[in-house]
Amino acid sequence: MSKEMDVTVTVNGEVFQRTIEPRLLLSDFIRHELNLSGTHVGCEQGVCGACTILFDGLPTRSCLMFAVQADGHEIRTVEDLGTMEDLHPLQEAFQEAHALQCGFCTPGFLMSILPVLEGTTDLSEEDVQRAMEGNLCRCTGYQHIEDAVRLAAEKMSSGSES
Amino acid sequence: MKPAPFEYVVPTTMEEALGHLAEHGYDAKVLAGGQSLIPMMNFRLAQPSLLVDLNKLAELSFIRSEEDGELRIGAMTRHHHVEHDALVAEHAPLIHEAMPKIGTPQIRSRGTFGGSIAHADPAAELTTICVALDGRFRCQSASGERWVPASEFFLGMFTSALEPEEMLVEIAIPPLAPRTGWALEEAARRAHDFALVGVGAVVTLDEQNLCERARLVFLSVGDGPVEAGKAAEMLIGKEVSSELIRATAEAVTEELDPSADIHASVEYRLHLARVLAKRALERAFARASAPGTQAA
Amino acid sequence: MAKLIGKRITRNEDPRLLTGQALFVDDVELPGMLHAAFLRSEYAHAKLKGVDVSAALERPGVIAAFTAEDMGDAWSPGPPLVIPPPTIEDVEFYTRTQVPLVKDKIRHAGEPLAIVIAESRYIAEDALDDIVVDLEPLDVVADIERALDPDSPLVHDDLESNLAAHLVQEKGDYAAAREQADKVIRRRIVIERGIAGAMENRGIVASWDNKQQQLTVWDTTQSPIPIRNGLASMFGLSEHQVRVIAPFVGGGFGPKIMMFYPEEVLLTWSTLRMGKPIKWIEDRRENFYATTQERGQVHDVELALTNDGRILGLSDDFLHDTGAYDPYGLTIPLNTQCHALGPYDIPSYSSDLKVIFTNMTLTTPVRGAGRPQGVFVIERMLDIAAKELGIDRAEIRKRNYLPKDVFPYDNLIIDQAFSSFVIDSGDYLPAMEKALEMIEYEKFTQEEQPKLREEGRRVGIGVVSFIETTGVGPYEGARVTIESSGKVSTATGVGTQGQGHFTVFAQIVAEQLGVDVRDVHLVTGDTAQFHWGTGTFASRGAVVAANAVNAAASIVRGKVLELASELLETPEEELELEDGVVRVADIPTKSMSLGELAQRANPLRGAVEPGTEPGLEATAYFGPKYGATAFGTHAMIVEVDLETMMVEIKRYIVVEDCGTVLNPLIVDGQLHGGVALGIGNSFYEKLVFDENGQLLNASFADYLIPTAAEIPRIEIAHQVTPSPLNPLGSKGVGEAGAIPVPALFAQAVENALGVDGLEILESPLSPQRLFELLHGEETEA
Repeated sequence: MSKEMDVTVTVNGEVFQRTIEPRLLLSDFIRHELNLSGTHVGCEQGVCGACTILFDGLPTRSCLMFAVQADGHEIRTVEDLGTMEDLHPLQEAFQEAHALQCGFCTPGFLMSILPVLEGTTDLSEEDVQRAMEGNLCRCTGYQHIEDAVRLAAEKMSSGSES
Repeated sequence: MKPAPFEYVVPTTMEEALGHLAEHGYDAKVLAGGQSLIPMMNFRLAQPSLLVDLNKLAELSFIRSEEDGELRIGAMTRHHHVEHDALVAEHAPLIHEAMPKIGTPQIRSRGTFGGSIAHADPAAELTTICVALDGRFRCQSASGERWVPASEFFLGMFTSALEPEEMLVEIAIPPLAPRTGWALEEAARRAHDFALVGVGAVVTLDEQNLCERARLVFLSVGDGPVEAGKAAEMLIGKEVSSELIRATAEAVTEELDPSADIHASVEYRLHLARVLAKRALERAFARASAPGTQAA
Repeated sequence: MAKLIGKRITRNEDPRLLTGQALFVDDVELPGMLHAAFLRSEYAHAKLKGVDVSAALERPGVIAAFTAEDMGDAWSPGPPLVIPPPTIEDVEFYTRTQVPLVKDKIRHAGEPLAIVIAESRYIAEDALDDIVVDLEPLDVVADIERALDPDSPLVHDDLESNLAAHLVQEKGDYAAAREQADKVIRRRIVIERGIAGAMENRGIVASWDNKQQQLTVWDTTQSPIPIRNGLASMFGLSEHQVRVIAPFVGGGFGPKIMMFYPEEVLLTWSTLRMGKPIKWIEDRRENFYATTQERGQVHDVELALTNDGRILGLSDDFLHDTGAYDPYGLTIPLNTQCHALGPYDIPSYSSDLKVIFTNMTLTTPVRGAGRPQGVFVIERMLDIAAKELGIDRAEIRKRNYLPKDVFPYDNLIIDQAFSSFVIDSGDYLPAMEKALEMIEYEKFTQEEQPKLREEGRRVGIGVVSFIETTGVGPYEGARVTIESSGKVSTATGVGTQGQGHFTVFAQIVAEQLGVDVRDVHLVTGDTAQFHWGTGTFASRGAVVAANAVNAAASIVRGKVLELASELLETPEEELELEDGVVRVADIPTKSMSLGELAQRANPLRGAVEPGTEPGLEATAYFGPKYGATAFGTHAMIVEVDLETMMVEIKRYIVVEDCGTVLNPLIVDGQLHGGVALGIGNSFYEKLVFDENGQLLNASFADYLIPTAAEIPRIEIAHQVTPSPLNPLGSKGVGEAGAIPVPALFAQAVENALGVDGLEILESPLSPQRLFELLHGEETEA
């Protein structure tokens, strides 16, 4: 059996210290060790994107990392964006545009799109599709998600960011 | 699907890392971006007993250019950084063109330039492009280092020239000669899937507008990057016309040996190879003769 | 009049889902919870001689491991979900149902052989490798046509053949129609399997609390109430000891409704035995084997017409692949039989259905549920007829539509509910005209297409019509309660997998009671809150559950008016419900809040009159006489790159008639999603089995679900022909997007290619397949 290891990771601004097995996937660590269940697991092979989080600011598939690899790094999950009473403009846009149905893929989409919008709100149609390339949705047919991204860009460019 | 147990070390110096490889040889597997290795581990298709995690070796992550315009990329440089780097766009525009085609944004956040090359997947873009650009790779072990030209690096499916105790640490891409054009063409079922067939073309025109040099390197048509050298030779010393391009594209299939899978038959792959070769050559030559095309 | 019904109201449930605060099954964490993994057969067909788990039990962290033997008397094949009632004559049907763990014979790859329960899923998976299986591989039945050969291996040895069912449905006289016809067209059509591919895999947490004598099961099921009833019965518990909760579910699309999946039985049996909560979460690879799928059929079709394109008769002999077992009866192929009639007037029909057992994962409905196959058959045959008779494709359809004055129209065959297939209402011509107008059919076919062709571009257009039976019974129920706070709570038994029930049902209640949509709190899918009903399937939520909600809310409205009339000393006709209060019209100061009324209706002192009930609450049920039939027309323009065989959809039009639209935002979303799945079914998704029944693409890397880049923007127009079958006038729409797409795709691509003699008679297509069709080779890909 492999030795357990210490890991120190900052998640949504809070520092966590745990002792874990090296093979524990980052997705399982986030969901079951830290009880941040907003990040979902759809495939564990790096295709569906439901497990997308921000790792040092970049959208990353948490099912394709071992939690021990997060030692010393910064993670943002969907829980960092907003609360039910105070939604982030991107989340507001999703609701207004009906960009989610079952909601399972949604946190992954939010975390893929957020860094793009934080970089620029001036997006071409191709940019929008590029941002979503690595995320699958089976419910929405993507159209309302694209609408939500454009709506969020409008909201965020007028400076209404939280 | 959860991975099987493994021993895990995360060296913080090259010495440490190479020491692990020297000690364990075949039992050790290097972990770079993990975007190819970890899915296989999750499926339990790969069950390495020891993982040597390279992600704390900051010294392996860099992009710089030498005085003569040769580009140097550290093996652990993330695809994301290569994609957005100005030096790469300037000195290796073919790589710059290829980067958005590699996987998806999430894959590129984590996947590494060197990892993609060392993995030697016949469907990879970077391996093919490095061959087309005459790249070379610095391989290091506890007992020394050597440079291996890209054309000698890919030995078979998922098999590179790296010895068990060796690690890829740096990639060098020579500067493009003046009047050189390039293009990458792929056909994939979904926008970002592994290509059914792909081809990288790099061509150079001389002062008289005759073709001086031509490389046509394919992906997904064999065990690794496959160069259609004989077909490319048809272009040398000639004036470039659409008939010549078409004839060259037709000829490539002689040198390709694709296999069939559930997505494409041998015949369809060969057909695609001809189509994509033609498109790649057309674009590459158009670039080569565009005013202001120059190297470093 | 309607203030909320029909409005684009954003969803109540979104803030929870958007912020990661929604509970899905894998989010359930209980103290002492253990984790299960299943050992699954690698072979599609084999005699199972023994399963030895002793080594697995030695592994540290493994708590238990069970095989079929360990289950003793508790082991039995599952009850069938749907069987033909004895009233249906001349149907041959052999019920064979799935087993909790394989005992004697493995019948499909992925069938479970053992369960391991451990401290973590990681350890449980490690332990699977410790298990020793002794088996003898058998020849595999992997092809539905060869399955009926006399020398074929048998999936079920106690049967004479692999025939699972045989049913002939007829009306009129096809033989005579054939004689009279000017034109008889005969073709063979092949349709292949695909998966539902919900983003959330299945999952169960089962927890037996011995002290409370209570079993709680969280399950990604679409039908919590039947699951509760079945588990209670199976394990000798009283129904009120069993609570099944379908929390937020990440997509259903059909396969999450089953009784029982082996895992549901094993998790329950295990927790009862061990007294500990146990969790099993299906992983994506398992999902390809262990969750149901469908679409596989082979049709030999004949269409008999007059020279001006009027259909005289349709004959269809087809085989339907049910996989290794047939718990879902004839639902899918009955849908196929019905939908092959389409919105058309077909005087004579003969459909000979044979259901075939194969050594593959069992088939149960996947969004469309056999309807896409029926639509594919009739629409392709009409296209071919149009070509051969020199009639425009849209025109030939128009000539055959049922006119709007024939409804209710009895098709004289039975449908999936085993009642007569009656279409309640329809108005097909305007939907077609609207689609043609939106896609500029004439302009494209007369001007644009010829021009593009000259430029060497292969751009094609397609237009297809379809019907969709929806809203079938038996019934659903709902309870509406006004609370002392003035908020309204509603409970219904159906589950929710993204259809927006929390909002649509709230709109209905809010409309009746004059409250804010956001003040209606809905519970779905929890048997402790509501325990009468069936589930979400067959596009019935907006019809059956919605009408039950409407009925209950309406009764509560009546109670409010009655009590308010008494307390405000004003006749009911002069009262109005708005903004959460009851007030006298024209005297707004004379009012009472709903909350106050609720308190008054539930006195702490005094007496409640005999024959009355306390509070402002009502429970009501709705059971439709038969299902309401929605319909529509889809149109598409597609370009084929003749060099690479890749396609690009340039325009996609949906004209949909689902009766009264309860929330257009949600209906549009359902249509988008359905079309996306349909596009997947048309060009990207196909389960590839080899001759050994092994799935070659059991992963998302090789089973291609469309991404945003593959799905075009969809333009939608609504037509409203209310259903006379329910007070809301609604019809279902959950599957409508998916149903006509493969037929449309085939037509448009064939039109784009424009090659004489090149007919597309199969689904799905692929770039490889286009290459073969164009270059005339049948290569083994």
